[in-house]
Amino acid sequence: MSQPSISKSMTIGESGLALVFAVTAFLCVVASAKALDAPFAFHAALGAAASAAAVFCIINRYFDRPAALPPAEINGRPNYNMGPIKFSSFMAMFWGIAGFLVGLIIASELAWPALNFDLPWIQFGRLRPLHTSAVIFAFGGNVLIATSFYVVQKSCRVRLAGELAPWFVVLGYNFFILIAGTGYLLGVTQGKEYAEPEWYSDLWLTIVWVVYLLVFLVTVIKRQEPHIFVANWFFLAFIVTIAVLHLGNNLPLPVSVFGSKSYVAWGGIQDAMFQWWYGHNAVGFFLTAGFLAIMYYFIPKRAERPIYSYRLSIIHFWALIFLYIWAGPHHLHYTALPDWTQTLGMTFSVMLWMPSWGGMINGLMTLSGAWDKLRTDPVLRMLVVSVAFYGMSTFEGPMMSIKVVNSLSHYTDWTIGHVHSGALGWVGFVSFGALYCLVPWAWNRKGLYSLKLVNWHFWIATLGIVLYISAMWVSGILQGLMWRAYTSLGFLEYSFIETVEAMHPFYIIRAAGGALFLIGSLIMAYNLWMTVRVGEQEVQMPVALQPAE
Amino acid sequence: MSFWTRHQVFEKNSIILVVGILLVIAIGGLVEITPLFYLKSTIEKVDGVRPYTPLELAGRNVYVREGCYLCHSQMIRPLRDEVERYGHFSIAAESMYDHPFQWGSKRTGPDLARVGAKYSDDWHVTHLTNPRAIVPQSVMPGYPFLSASEVDPDAIADHMRTLRTVGVPYTDDQIANAGADLKAQADPDNSGADAFSKRYVKAVVRNFDGKPGTPTEMDALIAYLQMLGTLVDFKIYNEKVNLR
Repeated sequence: MSQPSISKSMTIGESGLALVFAVTAFLCVVASAKALDAPFAFHAALGAAASAAAVFCIINRYFDRPAALPPAEINGRPNYNMGPIKFSSFMAMFWGIAGFLVGLIIASELAWPALNFDLPWIQFGRLRPLHTSAVIFAFGGNVLIATSFYVVQKSCRVRLAGELAPWFVVLGYNFFILIAGTGYLLGVTQGKEYAEPEWYSDLWLTIVWVVYLLVFLVTVIKRQEPHIFVANWFFLAFIVTIAVLHLGNNLPLPVSVFGSKSYVAWGGIQDAMFQWWYGHNAVGFFLTAGFLAIMYYFIPKRAERPIYSYRLSIIHFWALIFLYIWAGPHHLHYTALPDWTQTLGMTFSVMLWMPSWGGMINGLMTLSGAWDKLRTDPVLRMLVVSVAFYGMSTFEGPMMSIKVVNSLSHYTDWTIGHVHSGALGWVGFVSFGALYCLVPWAWNRKGLYSLKLVNWHFWIATLGIVLYISAMWVSGILQGLMWRAYTSLGFLEYSFIETVEAMHPFYIIRAAGGALFLIGSLIMAYNLWMTVRVGEQEVQMPVALQPAE
Repeated sequence: MSFWTRHQVFEKNSIILVVGILLVIAIGGLVEITPLFYLKSTIEKVDGVRPYTPLELAGRNVYVREGCYLCHSQMIRPLRDEVERYGHFSIAAESMYDHPFQWGSKRTGPDLARVGAKYSDDWHVTHLTNPRAIVPQSVMPGYPFLSASEVDPDAIADHMRTLRTVGVPYTDDQIANAGADLKAQADPDNSGADAFSKRYVKAVVRNFDGKPGTPTEMDALIAYLQMLGTLVDFKIYNEKVNLR
């Protein structure tokens, strides 16, 4: 048995956090015992178990670790903290597959409604939030946490701030996903799109998110580089704004602190405006700003070229974050929301086209002089195609926000198609590209297990996206036109159910597209798994450079 | 000093960068949201809009829980075909007591803003239990389990109290009698039915699911669906009054 040396003692963080989790475990046990409804009891029990596990892990980690904390530098190189990044990358892949699978299930439910099996837990209305949250917050969120922790360390040339804090962020965030996701299946929801988690999940996410901001910001503050790299601006804007949006849209008043149900502070029209201010900027800051940060780091890295224009990235950054916030009301065109708000929302959505394409140009033109790499490097191809999809959906978005176009597209599958060209093409592909880069880097491997498999993934997923979005364009525009079709005698031509019937073939094509996308991600998971398991270890270059004297 | 040099203040100071981000993202939200709380023209003044009865509220909670809003909107736009298909376009006052709002964003199924009183209770029971029994081409899931689940009359008063805190004008009388009212609305023979009708003007008292006993979630959901869009009488609604 190793005798702990005399100087070894628990840090304030270790003892404090262990204490906090011990108290939390106790409170969760009480809450579980006094719970008014079964889902709340279940979640409180999960909370108690997780808190107890956290106490055990912290203490266990303390006994296993050497007396001294990991050094900030080894041989003059920053001692980068890769553990939380590896965990988040793994969870991203896990949740990605889960989310795509649930997407395929609900797509199939729409094509063949018998698949709902008349069961509450798997019917469309409960699985749909599970799908959206799993792909956006679980898959996308873990990709963002993994890449942001990697990029901030590398571009600041400093070890990630805190020792337990980064672990708290990645584990706490995934625990939030677990609570939110199981809640949906049990019928626990706020009933606000993309903000479905109930008050206690929201509260927990707030704590995790503040710690995330602190870890990121403190790492930036202690950086070794004079400049903050562009990608970090985007990551900061993403983290800060998501915090603001989350707090603004989720001000629930619980019916009881021992029950899952709450009522949101805003009602009716104000709630609608808050919701879409939040909803559209979950797109703008979670799915865009965060992933643009990935673009600004991984594309130059992979292409081994500098960012095309630094000045363009400055304009891109400020214009994008300023304009995006205004765009929410385009989700509420022709509703009871006042006209002035709708018109403002439309105007700013159209203007948003410019910074979006500015960013796209900046990403694509980074390839200047390296376009030939697209032929040999499927990972770079994936990253570049993602930016092309970004350009496409950021043109489509402003177009759909024009009121006349929106009067046709709103409430139809066109919106679903638009979302998925962005989600599968842009967010999906840029995440896949980033993970294909990140996994070998974080695990210290020479390269991927197989570039050929990346190629297969790329083409299968691309085919899936094409099937998906074209099916939804056709069904959306078709349904929109059918709803407003009149006979020569001036009667509505189609009953509602006739327009539902007309969707059937497109729902099948959409499900097929989703299946291809899922198959692609399974190939990816295998490839990454083998990269970690059998990939060749990269030999660390000895640091021989000494300052000249 | 050029613009690009000045910008370095953000590139070199993380706190200034964070403050800059916060200022830039605050503007749009403040301009678009704050006026909605004080501009009088935002929510019309109309007669008839009242808070949900206890049973309707319980039904609304089922509607939210099952995610109905993901396929059904409750917002009729002022477009010719929508007004002809669904009825008068929705006005803001009709959802002023909705926490959360349920306007929805997708019509996989039809709009429900004015579904109230369009179909019989029987139709709803059959349709919710097995949609394809009535509409063979429907893609809606079946909800037979709602009939098996009773609503807890004792729990609803706390919900109404919470809603009152966030601005829904429930009276003390309504909250004190919440449990009794919940039972009375689903049972015309109930001794409390008259008192209920006084507390909630024009609310419908019926045995919605057609079965005796404590109201089920089926009762509650149908009570909610049957009142949707029925509160404002558009025959006498004068929109010019609200041009302020």
